[in-house]
Amino acid sequence: MNNYETVFILTPVLSEAQMKEAVEKFKSVLTNAGAKIVNEENWGLKKLAYPIEKKSTGFYELFQFDAEPEVVDTLETQFRRDERVIRFLTVKMDKYAQAYAEKRRGKIASGEIYAKKEAAPAKEAAPEIVEPNDDAE
Amino acid sequence: MAQNQSEIRYLTPQSVETKKKKYCRFKRSGIKYIDYKDPEFLKKFLNEQGKILPRRLTGTSLKYQRQVAQAIKRARHLALLPYVTDMLK
Repeated sequence: MNNYETVFILTPVLSEAQMKEAVEKFKSVLTNAGAKIVNEENWGLKKLAYPIEKKSTGFYELFQFDAEPEVVDTLETQFRRDERVIRFLTVKMDKYAQAYAEKRRGKIASGEIYAKKEAAPAKEAAPEIVEPNDDAE
Repeated sequence: MAQNQSEIRYLTPQSVETKKKKYCRFKRSGIKYIDYKDPEFLKKFLNEQGKILPRRLTGTSLKYQRQVAQAIKRARHLALLPYVTDMLK
């Protein structure tokens, strides 16, 4: 069993309900393949940094799950087949990534500030770092 | 002759010896994992065109520079960061 994290972007043409439905579909793909979903986040409709398929926004969704490596293949095949998905990325998480995710979940749960609509991954990663006095410019 | 002796001119402005020591912010603050889902943080390692800044400017250690680069590339794939742009900051 490995721990994976996947982020995917759904087209903005979907309604809220359709979007939820698509998310449910991929969740069931995972659970049917024997994966255990640890965490899921819905970042809502976000602006893309550059247009993808002529769309400038998209629904971001994040899953974190424990699964055998083959499950990733089946999931990604489903992503490729589904034209509602415009982008996806699956990453295997090492122990530091898991520790980080743990912390991040705690912050989201307690803070509840960047829970839903707002860009969830906004601030929490940067634990107050002193700027290295601008020689970076 | 030599009436302007006091006025010394330099072709390049005199370098003031205030070299601040660069350091790796990840080592210093004990960050072990660099999150690709946090574009605001990753922007510190990009220039205005969205290019990754070299280590010699940011002072990041090699180990973490690799991770930063990896995280930035993932963020670009997910359209959290642009591949090319002008005036990122």
